[in-house]
Amino acid sequence: MTVLTLVELDGTQASAVLPIDGSLRALTLARSLGPSAAVVFAAGSAVPSSTLAEYGVTDVYVVEPSALDGYAPVAWARVLAGLLADTKATAVLAAGTDRGSEVLAHLGAITGLPMAANCTAVSADGDGTHKLVRHRWAGLLLEDAVLEAPVALLTVATDGVPNVPADTPAAVTVHEHKPSLTENDLAVRAVESAAGAGGVSLATARVVVGGGRGVGGPDGFAPLEELAAMLGGVVGVSRVVTSEGWRPHRQQVGQTGTKITPELYLACGISGAIQHIAGCAGAKHIIAINTDAGAPILSHADYVLIGDLHKLVPALVTALRAR
Amino acid sequence: MDILVCVKRVPTVGGRITVTEDGQEVDTRMSGFTISPHEECAVEEAVQITERLGGTVSVLTLGAEVCVEQLRDALALGASRAVLLETDGREYGPIATASAIAAEVRAHGYDLVLLGNEASDTGDYQVGIRVAHELGWPVATGIKSLELSDGAVVARREYRGVEEAYTLPLPAVITVKEGINLPRYPSLPGRLRAKRAAVERVPVGSQSPGGLRKSGLRVPESVKHQAEVLDGIPELVRVLDELGILS
Repeated sequence: MTVLTLVELDGTQASAVLPIDGSLRALTLARSLGPSAAVVFAAGSAVPSSTLAEYGVTDVYVVEPSALDGYAPVAWARVLAGLLADTKATAVLAAGTDRGSEVLAHLGAITGLPMAANCTAVSADGDGTHKLVRHRWAGLLLEDAVLEAPVALLTVATDGVPNVPADTPAAVTVHEHKPSLTENDLAVRAVESAAGAGGVSLATARVVVGGGRGVGGPDGFAPLEELAAMLGGVVGVSRVVTSEGWRPHRQQVGQTGTKITPELYLACGISGAIQHIAGCAGAKHIIAINTDAGAPILSHADYVLIGDLHKLVPALVTALRAR
Repeated sequence: MDILVCVKRVPTVGGRITVTEDGQEVDTRMSGFTISPHEECAVEEAVQITERLGGTVSVLTLGAEVCVEQLRDALALGASRAVLLETDGREYGPIATASAIAAEVRAHGYDLVLLGNEASDTGDYQVGIRVAHELGWPVATGIKSLELSDGAVVARREYRGVEEAYTLPLPAVITVKEGINLPRYPSLPGRLRAKRAAVERVPVGSQSPGGLRKSGLRVPESVKHQAEVLDGIPELVRVLDELGILS
């Protein structure tokens, strides 16, 4: 009956290592399917037991990183395959992140099981059958599906399920897990280094200031950068901006870029093509600044300021500075 | 360096996306079709690699006869050989798709197989990985930069603000993401060559849902209403304050 969830930890905060938001969403879904067990790759002292307890986890399997020497997707999947056999779990979940998706796909290939990506709702129907809802087109469409498999392998959409603590925290038992891995399992592994610019990541930013075609060219982004910095956020852009080469692709918000989940997305000069909406629909609030009162973004925004971003963004910066 | 690029035909979506009346498919009566975006970049990457190092680029898709359109698009970008794994056009699960691709790889032998990280329509996130396991090859996914040297490939991606570099011996499977390059526009001679090129057809067995069966598709209910219009900067500042953004 056990349900295993791969829990990723936020490696950027050495002092307080916490599960990433996507993993908390996966745990929220997991505990509706059965007794919830978490799998974490961390030094024993860094296991966020209290947070896991809040999300209803009763058992934590800890894999010491020394057993692995860096992130190795196949090795992580082998660990899950081993625990799956040990615990006789009925489902294995992970966040629909780059890592969660690839580890579960490896697990699917190793075990020969099907895998359903980016689920938003799952219920067990008995007899190895799960009914589920999953994203297609990055969430622009929902698929209702039936998964028939002895074990359900599921990733959970990072913007499709809320993260909600359990009504009452669980009592957690921590198990040290020593996997038996072969050289082959560790052959492909990540060598990590600080990425280019550093700073706040688009995926985790609290505020994102978006710029689209309306910005007009590569020279028009300075006021957006200034505004983003004032609000403690970062600049994100639409696909046309990166395909024109105005800004690097790593700043793209959208189906083929980054999916964002900020408190506020301030979309400036962005019409709102559907592939862009797929990336920003997870924002809690959307405010649009646009010259076009008929732009598609307005049917996704909470507020709109009609006008020219080239005047309004500097005016907003001035107004905020005056406060 | 012989490279196989696997691409998928998907509808071109602009302002909105709708489903057919029976709720089984995306309504494509008003849309064209294209190569799924990550895979278009995979084609470009393969062409750039062979321009530097020599070799061939083969392009493959799995689907019905209509998918030849996307094979010709890839030929126009610089691929030299095209293979259609021909089906009746119904959805083909990721497990069966991976098996069919692996069979083609075994039959011809390649140094490198490139795919997109995920198809824009079904978003299954697994075909490349399953192909690699079937072949017993190493695989890296979500890659934004590739460097080839002496029988190995260094593949890089960024994850949560950290750069990850993977070194894989060849042959290998790599799935790439948009941003790895800026795909070129096809040249006129490229288009003409593509139009005349032969397409190899390999029939593959009937569809196999592979344990995950679609019941139907639907457009999610939007919880948002039409945006409230703000009257100038002071009101915008007030809203930002109310939303707790300024604290």
